[in-house]
Amino acid sequence: MTEAATPALLTTADGRPLKEALATAQARARRRALLLVLPLLAFVLLTFLIPIGYMLKRSVEHDGFSASAPELDAWFAANPGFDYANPPEEAYAALVKDLARMQEEKTTGIAGTRINYTVPGTISLFKGGARAAKDLQPPYKEALIALDAEWSSVKLWRGMEAASSKYTTEFYKVAADRKLTDEGWTRGGDKERIYLYLFFKTFLVSALITVICLLLAFPVAHLLAVLPMSKSSLLMILVLLPFWTSLLVRTTSWIALLQEQGILNNLLVWMGVVPDASRLQMMYNMTGTVVAMTHVLLPFMILPLYSVMRVIPPSYARAARSLGATSWTTFRRIYLPQTLPGIAAGSLLVFILAVGYYITPALVGGADGQLISNLISFHMSKSNWSLAAALAAMLLASILLLYWLYDRLIGIDRLKLG
Amino acid sequence: MAQTGPNDAFVAFEHVQKSYDGVSLVVKDLNLTIGKGEFLTMLGPSGSGKTTCLMMLAGFETATNGEIRLDGRPINQVPPHKRGIGMVFQNYALFPHMTVGENLSFPLEVRGMGKSEREAKIKRALDMVQMGSFINRRPAQLSGGQQQRIALARALVFDPALVLMDEPLGALDKQLREHMQFEIKHLHESLGITVVYVTHDQGEALTMSDRVAVFNDGRIQQLAPPADLYERPENSFVAQFIGENNKLPGTIEELSEGKALVRLATGELIDATPVNVTEKGGKTLVSIRPERVEFKPEMMPPGAHTIDAEVLEIIYMGDILRARLRVAGSDDFVMKMRNTLGQTRLANGQRIKVGWHPQDARALDPM
Repeated sequence: MTEAATPALLTTADGRPLKEALATAQARARRRALLLVLPLLAFVLLTFLIPIGYMLKRSVEHDGFSASAPELDAWFAANPGFDYANPPEEAYAALVKDLARMQEEKTTGIAGTRINYTVPGTISLFKGGARAAKDLQPPYKEALIALDAEWSSVKLWRGMEAASSKYTTEFYKVAADRKLTDEGWTRGGDKERIYLYLFFKTFLVSALITVICLLLAFPVAHLLAVLPMSKSSLLMILVLLPFWTSLLVRTTSWIALLQEQGILNNLLVWMGVVPDASRLQMMYNMTGTVVAMTHVLLPFMILPLYSVMRVIPPSYARAARSLGATSWTTFRRIYLPQTLPGIAAGSLLVFILAVGYYITPALVGGADGQLISNLISFHMSKSNWSLAAALAAMLLASILLLYWLYDRLIGIDRLKLG
Repeated sequence: MAQTGPNDAFVAFEHVQKSYDGVSLVVKDLNLTIGKGEFLTMLGPSGSGKTTCLMMLAGFETATNGEIRLDGRPINQVPPHKRGIGMVFQNYALFPHMTVGENLSFPLEVRGMGKSEREAKIKRALDMVQMGSFINRRPAQLSGGQQQRIALARALVFDPALVLMDEPLGALDKQLREHMQFEIKHLHESLGITVVYVTHDQGEALTMSDRVAVFNDGRIQQLAPPADLYERPENSFVAQFIGENNKLPGTIEELSEGKALVRLATGELIDATPVNVTEKGGKTLVSIRPERVEFKPEMMPPGAHTIDAEVLEIIYMGDILRARLRVAGSDDFVMKMRNTLGQTRLANGQRIKVGWHPQDARALDPM
């Protein structure tokens, strides 16, 4: 105990500090260990961290307008807080110069698209302006407004000013259902609030899928854990079977099973449970998404649960029974608390996978069963990479928040994934 | 054969049979009565059926046939939580997510006991095993011996009349094990509870029990107090399983009441007490404890047969000296001598004559 009280004074036999000697002695082993993980580290860096960093950068950076309109940029920089309703002649002069340059450099589309993200309908406006730019005579203000009255729009000038900087938070504003109006950024109307609603819906559906998975997986995992080895390995193969089947094949079988003219509906009609005229809609809506995703994600709940349950000795339950507890009390107070790390790990895994799930909702979700990932993919296909990146970043942030909450409430060291 | 214990049978097994696979019997026709306040040990090698018997008594296994009674009441159909039997498990089975206090509180809570009464009982049980200050610890923070004590306290806290112990000291080191044996014995005496104790450690069985049931092959081979078991084994299995034992195979030459003359394979004649041999000319296995073998003529009864022996090895063991002898063609005949001041020191290769009191040589079944 006296040694612990004075750790700083400890030295080796030849007088070197003990800590230093230990570090030297272990350095070689540590370097070798590092070499072993280096390939993986490089792989993760290249295929995971760099793309994520790039995505985050794309969500705040877009030089589509700022690169092709230097004159206007300079003017905006020199005149902060100008009157959006009535920009002066110099502003219009700079704009016309830039439009002419765009026409020359063929960047009208890019610049127009950039403004179009916040002010819809500007691509054609820019194309028209650019085509006419080199023939316009001063005063440019009147000339341009004569060409198209939209050039005097307050919203447009606000949008152009915001886009004149390479870095912007506009995409996050759009992703948070804000809308650029003449008065600046405001909340969109009820029908325009699609992103936050979809985020909410995604989390809700993911939570529902997690709960269903947990309810289905718990008995299965328990059975796997208590059955003799020969029977449990057979059952384990059944659990893992979905993993060995293509996702597309699995999803297609659900379509065959659940669609309006599918097996289940035919069976129900044949049994007279539902009339032929009102067959159940179980595919191409939220029901389809939930059913198919639960099936896909079920093994991710079963496996962590199984790994936790397998090492709970049956003597705990026996002890509880011998102490006078009914089987229900034994389950609730002895067995269930000990499976908590597995429940937490499985739920976290299933929830995070569900929140980011794309292919199943895309195939079976129809219009109603789409999740946020499908919208991200939609914006990627529409080349609005920055908005897609902003939405993805918000998704990432919410998952990290969840992870942090989990760590605070349960502790990440209690996570048992298998 | 029915084996009757004390008159007031508290636990009774009647013609109990158990089969797991429907092909073979793990427990074959068990008849056993255990008296109130008795400390009964089920001793036997692994697979002998002793743990199965305990599990049937606790209610975790159902008897395939026969009846088990507790305090006169048949309990075959009573679920484990309604039997009111305390149990200590081999690996303690303390609930890892609860503190020591919560572990002890559990059996009282499920019985719907009030808080103040619970606290009093928990305190009393913990004091009983000298663990009063550990009430807020978790099982993982305790040593094996401390966990053992808590497991014991938890099995006793709800005042069961019967406590079952399934090799409770198996995981402890020798010194601690011996100490706990004493403590369990002491608790048994002071609380007046009935204990059924399962072990494969014969030393444990002999030190602690009122009676020991030696199990082998699904049957009780002998049910007797420790001294009887050691000194008067009824068959070759018990003789070999309990303590060290010299075996001399031979045939019965003469059989008169309480005495047998046995001719060994090498031709020598020895005296023995017949136990479960019945006829002249039958095969037998004579069993003699090493500490009852004598080599000084003055220690043997007059007229006893002696037999030639060659000292092969002397092992010094501190309190005793152990001599390995060649007797009747076998190399592993052992003789134990007390290490006293005047003890004759034998040398390797020395030729001596050994003999014994006929009572100490028991002619048993040839196995």
